Amino acid sequence: MSRHRNVRSMNYSDEYDGYDDVYGHSVEDDYCMSPSEAAFMYDREGKSKQKMGAFFQTVTDIAEENEGELESKENSLSEVDRARLESCIEQIKQTIGSSVPRQDLVNILLMYNFNIEKSINFILDNPQYKDVKLPEKKDKVPVLSKDSEVSSVKVVTPGPKTTNVTKGFDLAQKEANRLNVTPRSQSPASGRGTPINIQPSSEQNDDVKNFKQKDNKTDVVTQYKKERGGSKEHLYMVVIGHVDAGKSTLMGHLLCSLGQVNQKTMHKYEQESRKLGKQSFMYAWVLDETGEERNRGITMDVGKSQFETDTKLVTLLDAPGHKDFIPNMISGAGQADVALLVVDATRGEFETGFDYGGQTREHALLVRSLGVSQLAVAINKLDTVSWSQERFNEITQKLKVFLKQAGFKENDVAFVPCSGLTGQNLVEKPTENELLTWYNGPCLINVIDNFRSPDRPISKPFRHSINDIFKGTGSGFCVSGRIETGSLSTGDRVLVCPSKELATVKALAIEEVSQQIAFAGDQVSVTLSGIEMQNVSIGYILCDPQNPVQVASKFQARIVVFNVTVPITKGFPVVIHHQSLVEPAVISKLISQLNKSTGEVIKKHPRCLGNNSSAMVEIQVSRPIALEVYSDCKELGRIMIRVGGVTIAAGLITKVILSTN
Amino acid sequence: MKLLYKNVDKEGEGTVGLIAEEPEDMWHAYNLISEGDSVRSTTIRKVQSESATGSSTSNRVRTTLTICVESIDFDTQACVLRLKGRNVEENQYVKMGAYHTLDLELNRKFSLKKQEWDSIALERVDMACDPTQNADVAAVIMQEGLAHVCLITASMTLIRAKIDVNIPRKRKGFVQQHEKGLTKFYDNVMQAILRHVNFDIVKCVLIASPGFVRDQFYEYMFQTAIKTDNKLLLENKSKFMLVHSSSGFKHSLKEVLQDSAVINKMSDTKAAGEVKALENFYTMLQCEPAKAFYGKKHVEKACEAQAIETLLISDNLFRCSDVALRKEYVKLVDMAREAGGEVKIFSSMHISGEQLDQLTGIAAILRFPMPELDEEDESDTEN
Repeated sequence: MSRHRNVRSMNYSDEYDGYDDVYGHSVEDDYCMSPSEAAFMYDREGKSKQKMGAFFQTVTDIAEENEGELESKENSLSEVDRARLESCIEQIKQTIGSSVPRQDLVNILLMYNFNIEKSINFILDNPQYKDVKLPEKKDKVPVLSKDSEVSSVKVVTPGPKTTNVTKGFDLAQKEANRLNVTPRSQSPASGRGTPINIQPSSEQNDDVKNFKQKDNKTDVVTQYKKERGGSKEHLYMVVIGHVDAGKSTLMGHLLCSLGQVNQKTMHKYEQESRKLGKQSFMYAWVLDETGEERNRGITMDVGKSQFETDTKLVTLLDAPGHKDFIPNMISGAGQADVALLVVDATRGEFETGFDYGGQTREHALLVRSLGVSQLAVAINKLDTVSWSQERFNEITQKLKVFLKQAGFKENDVAFVPCSGLTGQNLVEKPTENELLTWYNGPCLINVIDNFRSPDRPISKPFRHSINDIFKGTGSGFCVSGRIETGSLSTGDRVLVCPSKELATVKALAIEEVSQQIAFAGDQVSVTLSGIEMQNVSIGYILCDPQNPVQVASKFQARIVVFNVTVPITKGFPVVIHHQSLVEPAVISKLISQLNKSTGEVIKKHPRCLGNNSSAMVEIQVSRPIALEVYSDCKELGRIMIRVGGVTIAAGLITKVILSTN
Repeated sequence: MKLLYKNVDKEGEGTVGLIAEEPEDMWHAYNLISEGDSVRSTTIRKVQSESATGSSTSNRVRTTLTICVESIDFDTQACVLRLKGRNVEENQYVKMGAYHTLDLELNRKFSLKKQEWDSIALERVDMACDPTQNADVAAVIMQEGLAHVCLITASMTLIRAKIDVNIPRKRKGFVQQHEKGLTKFYDNVMQAILRHVNFDIVKCVLIASPGFVRDQFYEYMFQTAIKTDNKLLLENKSKFMLVHSSSGFKHSLKEVLQDSAVINKMSDTKAAGEVKALENFYTMLQCEPAKAFYGKKHVEKACEAQAIETLLISDNLFRCSDVALRKEYVKLVDMAREAGGEVKIFSSMHISGEQLDQLTGIAAILRFPMPELDEEDESDTEN
C-alpha cells in the first residue's frame, strides 16, 4: 500500500530526468509550476483518489496511521455537504491555483463553514501558505524558471553516465527520504505549497542530489583527464586526394621513417613488389594489405595505422582515391578530426585531379561537409618537376582559392612540398638543394603536429557509429567505429539502433589494447553480447538506452547542392551517406529554396534545384535509420547525398519526421 | 499475350478475348482491367449442395464465370492477378450477385468487356500482343556486401533476390576475415543467379558494380564453375557482360541501362528507352528549365498551348480507380498526340517509371519555352 502511494504521490517534476540532471538551479524552480500545468495537475487529482497524497502535505510529522482518521473527517460529511465542499474547492482553486493541498482546503473550508471568501482570505493571510499568490502575480514564474533551466543546461550538459548512475542510486535515496520526510511526496497538484518548516530538509535533499550529480558529471571529465591527461593527445587524420596522388606511398614512407614498420617487413615488401614489377608501390603496401589492392596498386578500403609525433598520437586513415570507392572514403573521413590532402605536382596530373570530375575537389568538399575544418595540403611528387618553386606556387594559388570557397579558413590550411617516394621533407628537413633554396618551412610531420585536436563532447549522451563488424577472439562479436559523443565503459548496456535491441558491452579495445573506458573521439572495437551478429549491420548506432538516438525513415534537411549535371527534382533517387551508413533514399519533397548565405527563403516549392543552390528538402529513406538533428548532435546530423557515383549535395538534418503509425 | 478476338464498336464499347502466355502478360492484364469492367474466365468454385435430408456436401467445380470487377490485386513477385467482384451472369452453381474472386491463369482464355475502350487501353492490347518486344535480360547489381539479382523484361523489372551480407573491413593482420566474407558473398550471389536466371530465356546477363567487384565476382564464378563442372554456366559464359555502376542499389540499374554497350546489346528494350527519355527530360530541366514541365497542372497548361514535344507519363496514372481522372489523363495523351507530340507511357515496374511516379507521374519536354507557372499551390505538390 505504502509503495503504491509513493508512486501515486510522487512529485512528477522531481522524477523528470531533465530536472534531475540540471544542477545549479534553485529549489524553488524545482517546485514551481505554470498555471496551465497546474490546471492539468488538478484535473488529474480530481479523477484519482487524491486524498492520500494531500494528506502527506498537511501533517508533516505524523505517520501514516492517521490516514483513516483524516479521511473519515471528510467522509463523515453528508452527501450534500460533500458536494458543496467539492464545488468550493473548485472555486478556490480557480482563484488561487491549486498550490494549496486539498486536505488543507477541506479543513479550512470546514472551519469557515464553506465560506469561500473567508477561506481564501485565510489562506492568503496565513504565513504557512505565503507562497500562494493570486495567479496574475504567479504568471511570471514559469518564464523565469524556464530561463534558469536553460542557462543551467548551458552550464553543464548532462552526461550519459550521470543519468544512468544517478538513477539507480538516487532512487533509493529518494525513497528513503520519502518515507520519513513526507513533503517530498506531496501530491502532484501541490506544486509550490511546500510548507516552510520542512523546506530546509528538501533543500538539503536537493543539495545532496545536486552534489551527486555534480560528482557524477565531473566524474566522466575527471576520469577522462585521469586516463588521458598524462598521455599525448589523440588525433585522427584522414588522408585524401585524387587517385594515384601517392597517398598510400606518402603515408607508408612516413610510417617507415618513424620506425613504425620494421626493416624485415619493409624488405619483404620491397622484394615482393619488385617481383610484381611495381617497386614504386613498396611503401603503399604498408597500408594496402589485401591481395586485390596490392595487385591493382590502388587503395580500395580505408587503411588504418598509428604513429606518434612530439605532442600527439595520430591515427592515420588512408582513404582510397578512386572514384568508385568514395563511399569507403566517406566512412573513413567521417571519423577524422583533421585531413591531409595529397596532390600530385606532376604536370598534367594535378590538372586532371583538380579539374571537374577529379577527386581532389570532391574529396575536399566532402571532408569539409563532414565537419573537418583543419587541412594540410601535401604537394607530392615535386621531385618530378625538379622541385620547382613556380609549380609549387601555381598549385598553392589554385588550391587556396578553391579551398576558401569550400569553406576552409585560410589559417587552417597549410601547404607542404614533399615527395612520398624519395621521402623528402617528411620527417626531417629536406636535403635536396633545389628545394632548400626556396623552402625553409616545416616538414610534414611538424605540420601534423601543429594541428589542434578538437574538443571531445565527452559529457553528451553516448553515441557510437558502427563501421565494421567482425568476429573477435573469444565469445561474442566485435563492432568497431568511433564514439561520437559521450563515453562507454565495459559492462554498460547499450541500445543498438535502429533495430532497438539491447546489448551488453563485454570488452573495449582501442588499437587492440583492451580498455575499461573509452571516450568521445576514440576509435574502439566493442565486444557485444546479448545480440545476434546478423541483427547488426554497418551504419547502426550504439547509444545510451536512457537517452536513445532518434529513429525515423523520413526527415527534413537543409542541403547545399554542389555541381550537378541534372537538377534535383522531387522524387529524385539518391544514395545518402550518414556516418558509415549507405542507404538508398528519395528526395520526397522540395520544401523551399534558400539563399545560400543568408538562409532566407527565396522560393517555396521550387520545381527543381540547380547548381550551387541551397534548399530545404524532405528525404525519405527506404527503411528507418538512426539519426539526430544537427543542432543536437553535429556528428549524427550530417548527411551526404550522392547520385551515380558523384556527390551532389551535403546536408544537415533539421527535423526528424516520425511516422504516425 | 495472344489476342483471340476484338469486338469494339465505334463508341468504344466492346469485348476483347485474350490468352496470357507469360507472367509478364499478367502485368498487361493488370493495366488493362479497371474497376467496373466485366471479366469472363474459367475458374474453380467451391459449391455447397444440400441434400434432401439436410446434410451438406461441398465440392469444387470448374466453371466459367463473368464478374464485374470490384477490386484488383497484383502480386509483382509471383505475377498473379486476382480479381474480386460480383457475378453478373447466372450460372448453374453461382447465383447472380454472388461474390467470386477470379485468379487469372496462364494459358487460359479470358474475355474483358469494357464500357469504353480508350486509346490507352487499345494500345496496351497491341503492345502486349507484340511478340517482337520480348527481350529478357538478367542483371546483377552489386557492391561489396550487397547485390540485387533482377530480371528485366519489356515492361517489368523484377527483383528476384537481394543479398545483403556483412563483410568485415580489412584490418591490420585480419585480412583473412575480409577475404572470407567476400568469398561467402560471391558464393551467395552465384547461387542466386543459378536459382533465378533461366538461361533458356535470358539473352544476356549484366553484372554491374563499382570498382572491381564485378571482375572479381566474374572470375570467382567461372573458377567455381570449372571446379564444380557447372555446364550451365560455362555454356552461357558468352551471355555475361560486365558493366559499371556507381552502387549496388536498385536505382543504379538506370546507369546500367544507359551504358552504350548495353544499349547495343539490348537494342530496343522498353526499359532502356524509358531511361533515355527521362534522362533527356532532366537534361532539359538543367539547360532550359522553361522547356521541361512536370506535374499535372503544368503539363496540362503546356498541352493546351500545344507545346508538348515528348510526354512522359506513368501507367500508374491510368490504373487509378477514379474514372473521371483516368479520362483526363487519356485526353491529355490524345491531345498531345494530335498536336504531333510523342507519348511515352512508362511502366511503373521499371526503375525509371518508379522515379517518374515520384515526380508526380507526368512530365513533358516542350517544343518552345513557356513561362514558369508560379501559382503552384499546395495540392499540386502534395500528391
